[in-house]
Amino acid sequence: MVQKKRSYTALIGITVLLLFVILLENLGNFIPGLPQVLTPTSPLFTVLKKAAVYSLVAVSMNLLNGFTGLFSLGQAGFMLLGAYTYAILTVPTAQKEQVYYLFEGCAFDFSLVDMFEGIFGNHGAGGAIAMILACLLALILAGCVAGFFAYLIGFPVLRLKSDYLAIATLGFAEILRAIFQWQKLGKVTNGANMIKGFPTFTNFNITDSSGAVILRLSTFVPFLISSLCIVVIVLLINSSYGRAFKSIRDDEVAAEAMGISLFKHKMLSFVISSFFAGVGGALFAMYVANAQAKAFTSVMTYEILLIVVIGGIGSVSGSVLATFLYVACSEWWLRFLDSEQYIGNIKVPLLRNGFRMVVFSVVIMVIVLFFSQGIMGNREISLGALIRKFSPKKERKQ
Amino acid sequence: MSEKVLQIEDLKVSYGGIEAVRGISFDVNAGEIVTLIGANGAGKSSTLRTISGLVKPAGGKVIFEGADITAKDPTSIVSKGLMMVPEGRRIFPNLTVLENLRVGAYLRKDDLEADIEAVYGYFPRLKERSWQEGGTLSGGEQQMLAVGRALMGRPKLLMMDEPSLGLAPIVVQEIFNIIRRINDAGTTVLLIEQNANMALHVAHRAYVIENGKIAMEGTGAELLEDEKVRAAYLGSASK
Repeated sequence: MVQKKRSYTALIGITVLLLFVILLENLGNFIPGLPQVLTPTSPLFTVLKKAAVYSLVAVSMNLLNGFTGLFSLGQAGFMLLGAYTYAILTVPTAQKEQVYYLFEGCAFDFSLVDMFEGIFGNHGAGGAIAMILACLLALILAGCVAGFFAYLIGFPVLRLKSDYLAIATLGFAEILRAIFQWQKLGKVTNGANMIKGFPTFTNFNITDSSGAVILRLSTFVPFLISSLCIVVIVLLINSSYGRAFKSIRDDEVAAEAMGISLFKHKMLSFVISSFFAGVGGALFAMYVANAQAKAFTSVMTYEILLIVVIGGIGSVSGSVLATFLYVACSEWWLRFLDSEQYIGNIKVPLLRNGFRMVVFSVVIMVIVLFFSQGIMGNREISLGALIRKFSPKKERKQ
Repeated sequence: MSEKVLQIEDLKVSYGGIEAVRGISFDVNAGEIVTLIGANGAGKSSTLRTISGLVKPAGGKVIFEGADITAKDPTSIVSKGLMMVPEGRRIFPNLTVLENLRVGAYLRKDDLEADIEAVYGYFPRLKERSWQEGGTLSGGEQQMLAVGRALMGRPKLLMMDEPSLGLAPIVVQEIFNIIRRINDAGTTVLLIEQNANMALHVAHRAYVIENGKIAMEGTGAELLEDEKVRAAYLGSASK
């Protein structure tokens, strides 16, 4: 009963959030003369898009590190696999020549976008359906490729514990990055150059025949996909499999004594986490509008690890909250520190290019030192509890 | 004689060349409480861990209900109805009491409500704390949770590794009363104890393990009267 009621409130909450995002990014269409923050080019939307993508990756990492207790640092590697799978599968054939110009064309002459446009046509509603289906299928395949590679390396790697597992997965990610930049594979991966020309978030904006935007959906799409994936992960965590994961995290020997097969469940968690990291990687490629191995360094993994730690290891809502705060700080709120500022006539000392990172590091150190449990610890935000907290009129019943 | 649930034949366990268990044989009949007593390092825990599949034996056989389960993996052993309460309780500290109980029934796919109520019947204190995290319970409550968790698997044979470890005497008494009640309800129990006095009082039959071998066997009452057992395990004061 309680469980059911809770899932309903969560469902309503997510729907409201998604509708709010659509409204927010389309305000400019209805009300002219908005403050600059709400115009489509404002950093607000950059932050929202990036945070939506990163929150999925953070939650997928939390599933592995926080709920199963496997300290893995391969997230960037699986994102890379997802990003490249998505990009290679969706670049329209007509553009391949231009994208792969250094290697005289792509090795395989195939694109999901073209395939679906062949079925539904490339104009109006048919074109929209073709693109949605192509992107959806490519996203799922991106996840599958990442999951498949996780399955393969899981056999040797999951027999390792704690730091050793972290080193092995980190190494795997770095090897992958090197392989994808290898010139000999240029016909497929475009070597060290970026793959471009595939559908991105802006392709989901609905335009009229002249190309003017009628309805903006470029922020809504990453929100929708991320929240769907996160809901799936939360359902998994609350299922009996999730309980098995948590029991392995708490005490491996006791979990084994209860008949839980350690290897099977670790593998399951690893593959699922990597699947969603792959989807996250594909979304990241859509966000930056290119796929390039150079972007998926270990720095990216650390960034996500940091988000997970700040949010609270073992808290999904903490990870999501921390992602938005982190991305907003790094991409927007602390930007002013990078340029010279004047108060009245006095130049503020120290502010110059790069100073943002100094302040940012200090903030993170303070958080890690004084909030060692992260923002949320291992608790979750529940909408029901929030409503109760902010409605003092109702009498609280114990 | 009632049927044999568990037969151990010449079981040997060694860790890196050191023999912890040097060929022991014993059996457990249906409906009994059997206890293995012995000092630290006698090989009691190794025996139990080998039966439950956590450790692979160096030799010998484990036969459960007529089927050879030697060196099978823990999952298949648990699914046959052999549950263990591990030494030192080992409950899941970040899972709630209720979640702990549900993990105990992980391999079962049927409805658990009746079993949860049954466990709460044995341990009313767990019911009061069902939403509390396992790690916040007291030592005695954690032991109750560990026993309750194992019961959730509907074991045919319940194996307990030192349930009295680190508990106050009054709590130990309570735990042993529950063991007797669980046994009365039809579950066969294999109990490993250092607290020989308590164990022998509750057990139908007992084996004394010394240096990895069975040194003595008999009914609980017999061993309680035995001079050597009293000198070695009970101390002169207890009777």
